[in-house]
Amino acid sequence: MRSISITVNGVPHSLTVADDRRLLWVLRDDLGLTGTKFGCGVSSCGACTVIVDGKAVRSCVTSIKAVEGKKITTIEGLANGSHLAPAQQGFVDHLGFQCGYCTPGMIMGGHALLLQNPKPTRDEIAKGMEGHLCRCGAHVRIIDAIEQASHAPASGGAK
Amino acid sequence: MTEHKAEMIVPEGWGFVETVDRRDFLKLTSSGLLVMFSLTPPKGALRPVWNPAGIQRPSPDFNAFVHVGADGRVTMMVGKIEMGQGVMTSLPQLAAEELGVSLENVDVVLGDTELCPFDMGTFGSLSVRTLGPVLRAAAAEARAVLVQMASEKLGIPVAELFVENGVVRAKADRLKHVPYGDLTAGKRIERRLEGKAALAAVANFKIVGTSPQRRDAIDKVTGRAKYAGDVIPPGALHARLVRPPAHGVALLTVDTKAAEAVPGVRVVREGELIAVLHEHRDEADKALKLVNATYSPAPSVLDGETIFAHLEKVAPEGRAVAQAGSIDDGEKFATQTVTQKYLKGYVAHAPMETHSAVAAVAPDGKVTVWASTQTPFPLQTQVARALKISTDKVRIITPFVGGGFGGKSASQQAIEAARLAVAAGAPVRVVWDRTEEFFFDTFDPAAVITIRAGLDASKRIVSWNYEVIGAGERGSQQFYDVANHRTVVRGGWNANQNEMHPFGIGPWRAPGANANTFAREVHIDILAQKAGMDPVAFRELNLAKNPRMLRVLRAAADKFGWQGKLAPSKRGFGVALGDDAGTYVASIAHVAVDAATGAVQVLRVVCAQDMGVVVNPVGAMQQLEGCITMGLGYTLAEEVRFKNGVVLDKNFPTYHIPRFSWVPKIEGVLLDSPDLPAQGGGEPAIVTMGAAVANAVFDAVGARVVQLPLTAARVKAAMV
Repeated sequence: MRSISITVNGVPHSLTVADDRRLLWVLRDDLGLTGTKFGCGVSSCGACTVIVDGKAVRSCVTSIKAVEGKKITTIEGLANGSHLAPAQQGFVDHLGFQCGYCTPGMIMGGHALLLQNPKPTRDEIAKGMEGHLCRCGAHVRIIDAIEQASHAPASGGAK
Repeated sequence: MTEHKAEMIVPEGWGFVETVDRRDFLKLTSSGLLVMFSLTPPKGALRPVWNPAGIQRPSPDFNAFVHVGADGRVTMMVGKIEMGQGVMTSLPQLAAEELGVSLENVDVVLGDTELCPFDMGTFGSLSVRTLGPVLRAAAAEARAVLVQMASEKLGIPVAELFVENGVVRAKADRLKHVPYGDLTAGKRIERRLEGKAALAAVANFKIVGTSPQRRDAIDKVTGRAKYAGDVIPPGALHARLVRPPAHGVALLTVDTKAAEAVPGVRVVREGELIAVLHEHRDEADKALKLVNATYSPAPSVLDGETIFAHLEKVAPEGRAVAQAGSIDDGEKFATQTVTQKYLKGYVAHAPMETHSAVAAVAPDGKVTVWASTQTPFPLQTQVARALKISTDKVRIITPFVGGGFGGKSASQQAIEAARLAVAAGAPVRVVWDRTEEFFFDTFDPAAVITIRAGLDASKRIVSWNYEVIGAGERGSQQFYDVANHRTVVRGGWNANQNEMHPFGIGPWRAPGANANTFAREVHIDILAQKAGMDPVAFRELNLAKNPRMLRVLRAAADKFGWQGKLAPSKRGFGVALGDDAGTYVASIAHVAVDAATGAVQVLRVVCAQDMGVVVNPVGAMQQLEGCITMGLGYTLAEEVRFKNGVVLDKNFPTYHIPRFSWVPKIEGVLLDSPDLPAQGGGEPAIVTMGAAVANAVFDAVGARVVQLPLTAARVKAAMV
């Protein structure tokens, strides 16, 4: 165990943890940020997706050591106060969710996709989100949501 | 025992209403008007048959409480749960409509055994269909009481009053009015009603039939929505259980010393449960790997190939669920008969949220369990039995459920959490990992269906002899104009009779109906081909006495732009019909088949549905789209692999569920049926997917695949 510093949603944290702790469980169990979900534990469903220095990362297989000194954004940090980020607003407007469990990971994945490719086609969105699983079958609406977000002026949220 | 105050177990940012604490609830209902309505469904009405706790019907099956507070706010309490299907929004719509208040004025409490009246569970597309009328009746009664009180207060006869946004007004003079809140303030009125829900016609609905924003939207896009695994009482420990490698094995030896040596780890044994506990989940995971356990060999020798012969051998005697005329007589008129066997493997529920629960024991011994469950009240009984305490000492709270599809009708994880919390003297979190989820899932059972049907010279079906093994009754009864028919059911999803299945089985979205509809509608397609007719025209010919189904078929065909051609037309078009949960559905699929590999891509699905009155059109459409998309899975890929009691699929890398690239263009048509009460919407559209796609595959390449899923290998093998 040693002291590791990370910044989560703009807030610096100094944690005394073992190097091999998983980012997902540090977020959920140590920091109480339960918006990031556990789905498979082997990076094959996307429910645990967070953004680390502008890129989507599967937190269930990411060690805390790997994100030392980095800036992490979780679903709780995406909105600017009550002003939703475009990806979040897209999911509300198009009902890109049913049970909502994959939703935080979907939104973080979609948000990260737009950081990389601000004006994706629908095909590019589908390809970019292929590694995210949704069991309720909200897929078409999720693509609609991310497409709408791509038309919104960038505001708030993770960079 | 961790010190622990009652209010500590209610986490902040609680999802549904602010009045979830018992004391707040008592305060809430200590004044105002409380209407309690119970309904025992009439004989013959569809009743839930899944009853995991074996509850001896302690109260009528369908109950609703509606409370109108001194501030005029309405709180409705029902035992249903929200797993994405939208009842948190659609049920308040019904209450708001009957009470004459705005939707914003209605709070809802769901799935809490302490605050809500008894409910058997959330399944069978029953929430709106069967609870809806009860809720409406309770709300209508509340409104009648309030209007009567207003009549007395204003000195105006009831007949001369009307309600608008929670205010009772005189028809002759709008200014003579009294708000609900003024009527209930300082009073305590309780009405307890049992019986039939007699309700007004639906012609003047203002809120029902609209699509307000879902109430869970903001919470779900901001990460604030709480699921069972997100509830973290102070001092809570994750429990990771030692699990067997195969079904049917016995533990021989276990060594937990290495795990116990890890700082912060506790090992708890409670009967057959052996658990490694730690505050942090990932550290509990690591410690669990240090446990060495040995087991007896698995007794089962079955696998995905041999299971079907096994089912045919051991299935219980058949029971005829429908019959008319005589098969022999019918076959005398037949100019040709077609016999075919259809197979379907086991399918997992695979909700994105694994089975999760958190249990905490208060100093007075009262146990609270937050559980991802579709059956909070049966679970309350199960937990009480497991702990040998009375049910009033157990409270189940159901936060948002991250997908159920029938799989969370069974809630083993919650019983484990409760037992371990008592044993550990600390709150315990049990969140199954994905491998446990696949292992303990109650799969949609494998099925063998045999159909023999006869056609006469006029291309009408004259006999229909149907036997289903494994899938069960739902969806097994045909609805064509057949005078001589017989439907026999052997075993079903609701009980593992004669040890047919080497692991747990249970209800899976429209249980039984996916297998039955696949077999029936593929068989109808084969008959159409034998008759030399296009599949839509053949169905029309044989549905003359079923105008409701005909209307649905024609709506789908119109939307699709169906042009009749004999299959295989190489276009890749396929149709299937179904009736499920009171709803009639017709789906037409357009597919492309890769001739080299047999891989199927579904390009477009048109789905028409007659579901009676549509309470929330967008919500209904979401359910329809979800059914089509989820249905792609059992149709194209999903089949649990197993051998000798071992479930070989342990996670998503090998068990494929639908992904973005699979999803077709989906066009839903909701038919207007104002004279029919609201029917089920969460399941019907999924039942037609298997046959619509299978028939489209035949139309594309002439490959008649009679086993689900339609894997590339099976399609390739059926191509000639």
